[in-house]
Amino acid sequence: MANLDVNVGKLKKNAFRYSKVRGETASRIRIPGGVIDASSMSRVVEIAEKYGTGVINITNRQGIEIPGISLADMDKVNEEIQKIIDSLRINQTEKGKGYPSSGTRNVIACPGARLCPFGCYDTTAFAQKMENSIYPNDRHVKIAFTGCSNDCAKVRLADFGIIGMTEPQYDKDRCVACGACVNYCRRRSVGALELVNGKIVRDAAKCIGCGVCVVYCPTRAWTRSKEHYFRLVLLGRTGKKNPRLAEDFIKWADEESILKMVKNTYAYIEEYIDPDAVEHKEHIGYIVDRTGFEEFKKWLFDGVELGPKAEVNQRPYWGGRHYDRYGG
Amino acid sequence: MGYVMDRAGFAEVIAALLKDYRIFAPVRKKGAGRFTDVDAVIYDEIRDAGEIELELKSDYAPKEFLTPLSETLLYFTEDEVKESDFDERPVLLFGRSCDLHSLRRLDQIYLNNGPARDPFYERRRKAVRCVLIGCGHSYDNCFCVSMGSNRCDDGYVFSVDLIDDRIHSNVLDGSFIKFFSEVPGAEEKDVLPRFVTENDVKVEIPEEVPREIVRSGLWDEYTSRCINCGRCNFVCPTCTCYTMQDVFYSDNGRAGERRRVGASCMVDGYTDVAGGGQYRRKNGERMRFKVLHKISDFKKRFGYQMCVGCGRCDDICPEYISFSNIINKVNAASREVQA
Repeated sequence: MANLDVNVGKLKKNAFRYSKVRGETASRIRIPGGVIDASSMSRVVEIAEKYGTGVINITNRQGIEIPGISLADMDKVNEEIQKIIDSLRINQTEKGKGYPSSGTRNVIACPGARLCPFGCYDTTAFAQKMENSIYPNDRHVKIAFTGCSNDCAKVRLADFGIIGMTEPQYDKDRCVACGACVNYCRRRSVGALELVNGKIVRDAAKCIGCGVCVVYCPTRAWTRSKEHYFRLVLLGRTGKKNPRLAEDFIKWADEESILKMVKNTYAYIEEYIDPDAVEHKEHIGYIVDRTGFEEFKKWLFDGVELGPKAEVNQRPYWGGRHYDRYGG
Repeated sequence: MGYVMDRAGFAEVIAALLKDYRIFAPVRKKGAGRFTDVDAVIYDEIRDAGEIELELKSDYAPKEFLTPLSETLLYFTEDEVKESDFDERPVLLFGRSCDLHSLRRLDQIYLNNGPARDPFYERRRKAVRCVLIGCGHSYDNCFCVSMGSNRCDDGYVFSVDLIDDRIHSNVLDGSFIKFFSEVPGAEEKDVLPRFVTENDVKVEIPEEVPREIVRSGLWDEYTSRCINCGRCNFVCPTCTCYTMQDVFYSDNGRAGERRRVGASCMVDGYTDVAGGGQYRRKNGERMRFKVLHKISDFKKRFGYQMCVGCGRCDDICPEYISFSNIINKVNAASREVQA
């Protein structure tokens, strides 16, 4: 076997893993929105059997890793995954050469409105649209979509978390005061509904737009708004220094604004990333910690026109433990 | 007299009718279902023929015109009372064969059940003439053939069947011929509305349900399966239960209104009595009451079955409980008792 001379930086950008097993790597398959067609899945199986060890890792971010691939086989594997890349419509710079970058992570989505009764929008479609708008990019950005406030996709651990909302529409003439919405809102959600004089009063400030009232209403007195709305939460993270949950930024946001704000973030990162960052990689949250949120917000809102319902939390504060400080 | 015309011709018929009639018909409401981007077919007043949903079975029944889910009957202030206004113009109410059969049941309860006729129902009922939507095929969960409500030879002014993008109408009421005869391109033809003659779902109802069935174990599973949401009642074309709300306006406690709102024998509160009692606490007991009312008790009093077999209760149950299946379970259990 020839001696190995591999550019590790390039390998990582090409979406191969640096493995603890010398001479081996793992191929990382992007699956934006968490949906992969069955024939692509069978190709994954073939590659795992032919080049790997016959096992497949399901990653935490809804991707796939095929471990146990010899570093010498990377070019061949890149040719073999081309059909998967095509089928999942991943932006690419050169055919047959695999993934052009890995910094911007696979865009996550819960099953959303395609399957889930509580999903307020097509999470997969939005995730794919987002992927298309930002990939490929080497900057380390994590984005996650979840269909409703249950947050099954754990979007509060991502840089950008998008939580589906619907604005419940009430037709008092179809309401018989059965109390189902009041009861389920209290037990399954936040208790924003009250029965007053035989009809329902919704506390709009308290309502989180989860749609539980719509799901449980037996008469269609409650229906969903035509518009899909989103709660955008920002800069959650795991990690060593200061793990923390994302904080609320915009309630009742719209799709277009969110796409734009995420896109704007990349320009902000280019401007402010620590030039000496280890492996040229720095979580946005730490950059924002340095520049202050006001500066980040300025970049975020560049060219963005929020809808009339949008409520912006102008000064979010993040919590979490600071392990990098004594007493933190 | 029958007519066949294209959709544009039918639109003209409807436009002409709208000058004299208010028209209530099933309408496919975009995104109005329980779940995101799921439509619901609900009755509404239409302004254009294009709004009328002729292909899908409606999720909710035409009774919503006759017995609105929520209706203010009167307003009161100190010692004066005023009945709510009512638009007296005649109404065309679209419905399928089962729906037209359901009107007899509603009339029975509101007009012919004891000495008093319900005036608020009657003013609506008097305004109504029916339009029959033919059924080219049986829909999911339909069992109208078993209930004998799959055909109706009268009780409608004209029928509407959408076949290969053309509207076929049998005009039964001579006074409606003028709306069709003048439409350009309308062919005069013998037309018979389509009726279903067989359903996938069939039920057999015992001639008499033995008393032992009340205590049968067959109801028990519904205590846990049913979530007492009442959807089966709210969509049922023959359920007539209501409750009253006397509302005192919050900024003036001496004025207010009396509303009638739909009620459900499955929903909490239906059997509440003074002193905190509740006759049917368990969902299985409520299911027993509902089923036996539909297929036995009503018939004992009025001589015919209440249920018309539209299957809407099965269509809508979020817990996949099948009413027709329960009927067949009751039938099997009744045979066992009688054997």
